Amino acid sequence: MDSRVINSRATTTGRVGMKFWRRPLDTDKIKIPHGELHIIWERCKGCGFCVEYCPKEVLELSTEFNAKGYHPPVAVKEEECINCGLCEELCPEFAIFPVLKEEPEEAEEVKK
Amino acid sequence: MSTVEIVEVRGKVEKEHPMEKLLRMDRIPHIWCPTCGIGTAVKAFATALEQLEIDYNNVAVVSGIGCTGRVAGYMKLDSFHTTHGRAVPFAVGLAIAKPKMKVVVFSGDGDLISIGGNHFIHTARRNVDITVICVNNFIYAMTGGQVAPTTPILANSSTTPYGTFEYPFNLPLLAASSGAVYVARWTALHVRRLTNAFAEALQKRGFSFVEVIAPCSTLYARRNKLGDGLNLMKFYHDNSIIKHGADPREVDIGFQEKIVVGKFVDIEKPTYLDCLNDGYKRVFGDAYKVYGEEDE
Repeated sequence: MDSRVINSRATTTGRVGMKFWRRPLDTDKIKIPHGELHIIWERCKGCGFCVEYCPKEVLELSTEFNAKGYHPPVAVKEEECINCGLCEELCPEFAIFPVLKEEPEEAEEVKK
Repeated sequence: MSTVEIVEVRGKVEKEHPMEKLLRMDRIPHIWCPTCGIGTAVKAFATALEQLEIDYNNVAVVSGIGCTGRVAGYMKLDSFHTTHGRAVPFAVGLAIAKPKMKVVVFSGDGDLISIGGNHFIHTARRNVDITVICVNNFIYAMTGGQVAPTTPILANSSTTPYGTFEYPFNLPLLAASSGAVYVARWTALHVRRLTNAFAEALQKRGFSFVEVIAPCSTLYARRNKLGDGLNLMKFYHDNSIIKHGADPREVDIGFQEKIVVGKFVDIEKPTYLDCLNDGYKRVFGDAYKVYGEEDE
C-alpha cells in the first residue's frame, strides 16, 4: 500500500488543504478495508484517547455509565471504520480493537 | 468481571482482545489511572513482541517499584518485580546467566534513574545485553507526586509547591554518554514509532535504551494545572519535534517546552560477554571454553 491510497482516503474526509490533491489513478482497483469495532465495555476507563485520535471520527463517548462509573466510547459511524488499529494501539486499558470485516462483494467475486 | 457478563450487558458477542495472550488477565483491569500513558507503552511493547515473532519463553521482563513497576506483574512472560531501583542489577544477572534470553527492564524514571541511577550507568558502561524501557512521567507518581530527578525546572510537585529549581536529568544524554548502543525517545502518542523502537531495541545486541514520555494525569498534570492525560497527549501532538540522530546534549526537556523525539544513537559495540570472552581467551588461550555459545 503506498501513500497515494492514504491521500485518496484523506480527500473523502474533506479536510482543508487536501481538496486540490490529485485523484489517484487506481482508486477503482483498491478497496478500503472496513473494520468491526469491539469495545470491552466494563474494562474501559473513559480516557477518550480513541475518540480523540480516530482518523475517521467513528467513536464518541457514550452518555451511559459502565459499572466503574466511566463513559466508554460507542461507535457512532461504525461503517466508516477503516481497520487502521490506532484505537487499539492507543488504548491503555486493552479495551477496544477492530477486526477486519470480510466484504460480502469480495466473497461473491471469489466464488465467480 | 468476566467476559460472559459483558456479553449479557451489551447483547453483543465480544471477542477476546488480541493482546490477552501476553497479559495476565486475572490482574486486568490494571491499577493505572484513566488517561495514564503506561498502558499505551505496554500495548506497544506487546505489539513489538508479536511483530518480532520470537519465542515468548525466551523473554523476561524485570521491573522495579512504582507505577511502571507494575508492568512485570501484568505481562504473561517470565517476570520479576524487584526491590526499589534494583531492576537493572537483577536483569544483568539474568542476562549473564542466560545469554540467549532477551531481558527487558520496564520501569519508571524514579526507579531507574534516581535510586537505580548508579546501576543504570554502570550497566550501560559495561554494555550488558539488556533492553531498558524507561517510562518517564516527570514525577514519583505512586508515592504521591514528589519531585523526581526528571521533573523539569518550574514544575510543581508535592514536595516543591512553589516549583522545582533543580536541573533535571537528560535521560538520552545520560544513557548515550554512559555507553548505550541504542538510544531513542518517543512519547506515548507516537505508538507506531514507539513499537518500532521497541522492536529495534529488542533486536539490538548490547545496552539499548528507550525513553517513553507518558502523561501522568492524577499528579503531574493536576498539580501543574495542565488538565488531564488527554490534554497532555494533545500537547505532545503539538510540541513534539521528530529529529533522528539529534545530538543527545540538545534534547533537554523544559517545563511545557518542545520535546525532541527520535532515535538518537544506533551504533555497534562488543557486549559485556564478548569482552569477557575475548579477555579470558587472551589470558588462557585455547584452554578457555567460550561462555554463552552452547545451548543451555
